[in-house]
Amino acid sequence: MNRSVEAPVLDAAAARQWQREYDAQIGEDRVTANRSGIPVKALYSPADWDGTRYLDDLGYPGQPPFTRGIYPTMHRGRTWTQRQLVGLGTPTDYNLRLKELLGQGITAVSLIPCNSVFRGYDMDETHAELLGTCGTVINHAGHMDEALAGVDLARVSCAMNDPSPFTLLAFLLVTARRRGVDWREVTGTSNQSDYLSHFVANHMFYRLANAGARRVLVDQIAFAIEHVPKWNPMSVVGQHTQQAGATPAEAAAFTLATAIQNGEDCIARGLDPDRFLPRFTFFFDISVSFFEEIAKFRAMRRLWGRITRERLGARTPSSWRFKFHGQTSGADLTRQQPLNNVARVTVQAMAGIFGGLQSLHTDAYDEAVSCPTEAGARIAIATQNILKEEAHLTDVIDPLGGSYYVEAMTDAMEAEIARVMAKIDAAGGMYAAAESGLVQRMIGESALRFQRQVDAGEQTIVGVNRYMVADDTVSPGQPKPDPEAMKRHLASFRHWKDARDGAGVKRALDALARAAESPHDNVMAEIVNAAEAQVTHGEICACLRNVYGFGKPLVAV
Amino acid sequence: MTIVPKVLVTKIGLDGHDRGSRIVTAALRDAGMEVIYTPPWQEIASVVKLVLEEDVDVIGISSLATDHLIVPKLIEALAAAGLAHKPVIVGGIVPDSDARALEAAGVARVFHPGSAMQDIVNYIRAAAERSRAAAYPV
Repeated sequence: MNRSVEAPVLDAAAARQWQREYDAQIGEDRVTANRSGIPVKALYSPADWDGTRYLDDLGYPGQPPFTRGIYPTMHRGRTWTQRQLVGLGTPTDYNLRLKELLGQGITAVSLIPCNSVFRGYDMDETHAELLGTCGTVINHAGHMDEALAGVDLARVSCAMNDPSPFTLLAFLLVTARRRGVDWREVTGTSNQSDYLSHFVANHMFYRLANAGARRVLVDQIAFAIEHVPKWNPMSVVGQHTQQAGATPAEAAAFTLATAIQNGEDCIARGLDPDRFLPRFTFFFDISVSFFEEIAKFRAMRRLWGRITRERLGARTPSSWRFKFHGQTSGADLTRQQPLNNVARVTVQAMAGIFGGLQSLHTDAYDEAVSCPTEAGARIAIATQNILKEEAHLTDVIDPLGGSYYVEAMTDAMEAEIARVMAKIDAAGGMYAAAESGLVQRMIGESALRFQRQVDAGEQTIVGVNRYMVADDTVSPGQPKPDPEAMKRHLASFRHWKDARDGAGVKRALDALARAAESPHDNVMAEIVNAAEAQVTHGEICACLRNVYGFGKPLVAV
Repeated sequence: MTIVPKVLVTKIGLDGHDRGSRIVTAALRDAGMEVIYTPPWQEIASVVKLVLEEDVDVIGISSLATDHLIVPKLIEALAAAGLAHKPVIVGGIVPDSDARALEAAGVARVFHPGSAMQDIVNYIRAAAERSRAAAYPV
């Protein structure tokens, strides 16, 4: 019983015997590979990973190379942040929903604005039918104050889906100041600050042309580390590229390449890597490809730890830590037999937890049918609580570390991610690779390859191409904002706009335009000033569009 | 009658998720159809103009995040331009009750997630043949 770990490999006769018996019994073996195209074998052993380089390859949690986690205590010390995305209707609707969720165990606020906000418009500039159907309509600082009524901004962390030019952050800071909350106490994340991921994959968030978006991002990072030091201004997004069809390894590579690009842009501006890198965070998709996702996250921690030191010149450990939020993949969910999605989300969430995430959003099972319902969101939150407190997944740090398979796959994913990153480097870095369309082509090809595997039945999707049943949908009905409340919201917005100090609005917009044109000013500082002067979201976006140009994605079809 | 169907694949409204429209475009082209593909955020008026100028047989609207709610406005605009005979197909995340409302408003067919690509191809081919026959009676 006390055989050493080398025994199976050293016992070559036993290995050969197993191979003979396996070959004889398996008949024609299926050829398997994961979504990133890495072959998956039937058995892993010390021949694949022998643990002799333990300190170099794995080490201890909180220490380079960070394979086992970025903090010494990981989930045993502090479990991940439960951050459900919330947003529908008016700011008042949002506030009611938020308070309900805070009562259910949510530990941090998230805010999803309406699609009209994502496109850079105020509510009087778009189709009234669409207002608030997929997010909350927030157009000025007063709306933010209503949305966050009763939330202590010095204690609760706010994550907002707030692409460039970061008007929601400006509205939040104005709200904090009006309430007497010190900006140095304000915590949270500018989710969706990664314009490159929007340019290549999630076009909905893409507002300003690349050169302008690049400038405003660096200004926002510089502003945040100076004035709002607990804020995370940079969320590098791997989720969009993977949802759009990139393989997990490709999405990981695009994300690290983007982080390098943004880091180099900050350094070119004269910012110290050890001041901005601790405020870089990552946002990832977690697919149902369980072991592949675990290996992806473990490999990325190792890669980022090296990149920050070797390429970006960071010297303090807090700059080396790969902090990430995971969201379970909506693209894996099916409209057919939608309750099956509860099982998929559970597996995805487990992959993220074993992957060592810091923050988790679990999708509602009904996302493939409609915008999520409240009942769906409740199950999604309960899933996290079950995994944490009933299944005890947080008792042991990196519990799959040392598995021959997981370690061999972590190495293989790392090599595959590095291979794709080398392609991006050869194309001149992520900015150039995105502008040339290389990234978009790779994503499109991978999306098509996966769809063909599904169509051919090579990739099973339960209820879609196998195990189908008749009458298989449970349609929970689309949650919609109350049209009368939205009409009142629009009317009060128009009235508020007419009653503003028009001269003050004009002065603030002129100052914003001047800052945007001058290479020396900080555009983010002027966006905050404009928010203070009652300038609206749509007006700020229009002003910057005027200087930098409208964001037009490059779509390769 | 064997024709090469000409299909417009587009997105109206505010959302930009385009994985679905791109994959369907590739499948229709593989099936030998001619596809006019546009980036997202088309205005209703610009879609009508495109249908007129390109003389497409079928109009495919992709929607992920509630943009399907303005498809009835597109149907009205097409009718006002004398294009009521051009079938409009919607694909994407559309709740059942909304799908019934869209069909009542004149949408020919709603394809939901997980639809077999071959079913979409077959449906569009047949719809294009009917549409062409209506536009150019022999």
